[in-house]
Parts: sequence; structure tokens; C-alpha cells
Amino acid sequence: MTTITLASKRRRSALKTLAFMSPWLIGFAVFFAYPLISTVYFSFMHYDGFGPPTWRGTRNWTYVFQSYPLFWPALRNTLWLVLVMVTLRVVFGLGVGLLITRIRTGTGVFRTLFYLPYLAPPVAATMAFAFLLNPGTGPVNSLLERVGIPAPGWFGDPTWSKPALTMLALWGVGDLMVIFMAALLDVPTEQYEAAELDGASPWQRFRYVTLPNISPIVMFAVVTGVIQTMQYYTQPLIAGKVASGVIQGAGTQFEPGYPERSTLTLPQLVYNLGFQRFEYGPACVVALVLFALSMVFTAFLMRRRGGLIQAGD
Amino acid sequence: MTQLLDRPAGLKARPSPAERTARRRAALEWIAVHSLGVAAALFFVLPFVFVLLTSLMSDSQALSRDLVPHTWEWGNYKKVLDTPGFLTWWRNTLVYAGLGTVLTVASSLPVAYALAKFRFRGRNLSLMLVISMMMLPPQVVIIPMYLFWAKQLDLSGTLWPLIIPMAFGDAFSVFLLRQFLTTIPNEYLDAARVDGCGELRTLLKVVVPMARPGLAAVALFQFFYAWNDYFGPQIYASENPGAWTLSYGLESFKGAHHTDWNLTMAATVLVMAPVILVFFFAQKAFVEGVTLTGVKG
Repeated sequence: MTTITLASKRRRSALKTLAFMSPWLIGFAVFFAYPLISTVYFSFMHYDGFGPPTWRGTRNWTYVFQSYPLFWPALRNTLWLVLVMVTLRVVFGLGVGLLITRIRTGTGVFRTLFYLPYLAPPVAATMAFAFLLNPGTGPVNSLLERVGIPAPGWFGDPTWSKPALTMLALWGVGDLMVIFMAALLDVPTEQYEAAELDGASPWQRFRYVTLPNISPIVMFAVVTGVIQTMQYYTQPLIAGKVASGVIQGAGTQFEPGYPERSTLTLPQLVYNLGFQRFEYGPACVVALVLFALSMVFTAFLMRRRGGLIQAGD
Repeated sequence: MTQLLDRPAGLKARPSPAERTARRRAALEWIAVHSLGVAAALFFVLPFVFVLLTSLMSDSQALSRDLVPHTWEWGNYKKVLDTPGFLTWWRNTLVYAGLGTVLTVASSLPVAYALAKFRFRGRNLSLMLVISMMMLPPQVVIIPMYLFWAKQLDLSGTLWPLIIPMAFGDAFSVFLLRQFLTTIPNEYLDAARVDGCGELRTLLKVVVPMARPGLAAVALFQFFYAWNDYFGPQIYASENPGAWTLSYGLESFKGAHHTDWNLTMAATVLVMAPVILVFFFAQKAFVEGVTLTGVKG
């Protein structure tokens, strides 16, 4: 009988781990580490896709921050979306979550109806909203005018384009509803009974029992909402394209952030700089700004103590 | 239930005044909650209804302010399906989503299993890196990735730059599966190991059957991710209409028929419908997946 030494056993277990982890290890190196380092490299180079990249120092960075007219509007829009869209989505998601836990008849039907819009493909959902909110003949404005309310220009009007996008985001709140519903059903009923015995009003019960119990999930929704805003791309792009009447593939240059840069987001800038203007250097600068912002919020999500996603068991 | 059992039988016939007000209040609350529910349902459902109604209008009526079609133009759907390219986009989407889903599940499962059940140095660090990758906007690394696929491998104009990476573990799928696998008790795995199963056999024979709901959720999410993806096809496939997907092609549809809201909405319905159909067959797996992402691991 052969004796297995501790060292060889350990080596075998290390090899086993390596084998199981290998798909991701390769993927991490090839599709994350390497391109991330390259992005840093290109952010200091002049490169338009032809000829070798040449050293440009920090000029890409000063260009993006000082001369590129779209950077600050995009950052401001991101801030607006974080403050208004994320907040409203969390509040509305919690509201719908509370409502669905109160509904006694036809719960399944209601839950499915509330959830369905979340599934609609972003392009299709945005096209649908561009039609619904179309100022000329859209059903929403037809209805508003029938009841005598002045109808806004929605995606065609810089003051209404972000609110219109927010409505679209609220329509797809089904994911948050499900998460909040699960959290609400986990609140111990004894706490509600105790509060009721103490004569707490419904608002007090919500404020002192419900909220403290679900606050980690509220934070989770806020932080993931902010991270999603850092990636917000398809909806503002499609809304702007449809509203401006640009035809795809017809060679028309799309004005990013139509109307008047009001729907511009940072991911759109990467596309505009890199794939429309072939200025890969500045595009990489914007990509790194996006990276830094996303990592700050991700770190918040994973802080060692009190983190919302915990690594260890 | 318990209330019914606790209550003495005699009181049921003649409710006391206090009980009557309590009942009335409960009935009022039922009405309030359900009216609010109906109002919310209208907000969530009406957009679908208007899209459907418009997709069945005639060309001229789609440009009017009418809300309900005078004649039901079912032929609109045939016109959309006959549009050159539409069926190709459909096929491309199925290849991208189908192949991508199979590759993602096959490559993410062993990684998730190792992260959930093996003890090794660097495990927490690996998991943190997985989560960071999951949170990263795809635009952060798109410039070098595009140059890599298009200039070095000459694969632009195809969907391969989107499909191939899925064979190397998708961060979100790894995370979701790992969350699911940690809920499987170790005793089952130990029992299999005692019986002489290797790690791979344990994974395939013991873990996979138990993790079926988690695997279904990951597969669905990945399928929908590919189905909905706009940015990926825009970067790699935009120059070649033969490689477009439904999500990418849908917008061009609007361009080709630029004022034809009826046909555009019919196309929109055709892009939305499969997602919603699949959801009805796999509702449980989907909701379970969403819940898992929001629960502490």
C-alpha cells in the first residue's frame, strides 16, 4: 500500500483547485487584466488605429478634462441620474414591494404584471417609450391633451428627456420589487405584533420596524443602482437616436446626447471618442474615469465589515 | 387560520361592535390596497397594450391620434417578418444567445464550485475580483478588446468576439452560482467523496442535480443578456448587417420605415415576445435568481 505524503496531497488539492478555477483565471487575464493595463497604456498614447501608437504624455487627460466639450455635461448627467433616477427607483421599488406584500387576492397575477416590464429588452422598451411619449401622436400626449394638461416634448426636449428616461427606468422596477418583497417577508412578525401592542401607528411601524430590518437591502439597491448608472448606455442612446430621427447605417453622424447633450452618459463618450472619432487615447481616459467611479462604489458594496456582498462565509 | 381556531364558536355568529369596526377596517384596507394595485398594474401594463394596439393599425392611422385601430392589420407582422434581414437577425440572436448560454454555464460552474466548496489561499481575493469584474462597465476595457479582436484576430463583422469570451467564466454567472452552491450542505459532497467519487464526478453527479434551479437561473439570465445586448453587437457587428442581432437590428428598422410606427411597434413586439414567453415557462427560476443577487452571500 502506497502512503500518500501530506505534501503530495496538498499539491494534488492545489492542482485540483487550479483546474476548476482555470476557465476564470484565463478569462480574468485575457479579458480583464490585459485590457485594463492596455487602457492605461493607451491613455498616454496617441493612436487612431493606423500606424504605431506614439507617446502623448498627459495631453489626452488634459484634453478630456479641459477641451473636450462633452465630458463635463456627461458627468453632470450621471450625477443627475444618480440623484433622481436611482432615488426614485429605490423608493418606487420599495413602494411596489410593500404593495405586493399587502395584496391578498390575485397576488400571482399582480406580481407577474409588475415584473414583466423588467424583462423587456432595453432597445425594445426604449423604442416603445419613444413611441408612447412621442410629442406629436403618442398616446400619452394624446391622453394628456384630452384632459387639458399641456403635454411636454419628452425625449425631444432637454428639460424633459431625463425625466422621460426616469419613467422608463421606473417602468422596469420589477427586479427591485422582487428583492424588496423577499426582504419584507423576512421581517419577523413578532416585531410587528410587539409594535402594535405598544400602539405604534402604521407609519411608526414602517419607520421603526420595517426600515431597520430591510436597510441592508435598501443600501444594496442604492449601490447597485449607482453602479448600473455608471453603465447606462443603451436607453439614452436609443431614445436620443429615435427622437432626433437619425437613420442607422445611413452614414448620418449621430449627435451624442440629443437633445442638447441632455442624455449624454460616460459610456456614450467612450463610444463617441473611440468608435466615431477614432481617438483611442482620450477614449481610454474616459474609460479609466468610469473604472475609478465604478470601483469606488463596488468597494462600498464589499467593505469588509458591514459590506453588502460578503466574500467569506 | 389560528384566529379561526382560537375564536369560540359562539362569537362567530354575532360579532361584537369592536369586531365589526375591525372587520370594516379590514375590508376598507382590502379595497384601498387592491385599488392601488390596479392603478400600479395599469402603469406597468398600458405601455404593452398601446404598443400592441399600434402594431395592428394601418399606416395612416398610426400617424393619427387614435388609440384603438379601426381595422386590425395583422398583415403588419408579415411585413416585418418579410423585411430583408429580419430572419437572419433572429438566427444570429439565437446563435449568440444559445451558444453563449451553453458556454457560460459550462465554464462558470466549476469556478463557482471551487469558490463555494474548496478551501484554498486566495479564495476570498478571487471572489472579490469576480464581484469587481461583475460591476465593471463593459466600456472600461472595450478599446483594447476591440483592437485585439478586430486588428489582431480579424474577427470584426462577426459575433465571435462576443461568444468566445463566454467560454471563460462569466463573472455574474460565477457569482450567482456560487451563492447558490453555498446553500448545498457539505455532507452530501463528503458522502460522495467517501464513496470514492472524484471532484469532477461529485460535481456532475451530486451537485448538478441539486443545483438545477441555480443553473436554470444562470442560463436564463445569460440568454436574456445576449438577447438584449446592444453595445456588443454595435461594436463588433455593426459594419456587417448579416451579423446583426434582433436588439441591434430593431433600431435600424425604425430608420428604414421612419414614420411607420405601426411596423416599428410590430417589430418591437416580435423582439419582446420570446423573452416574455420564456419567462412564463421559467418564472420560478427567474425570480429565484433575482432574489439570490440581493441576498447576502
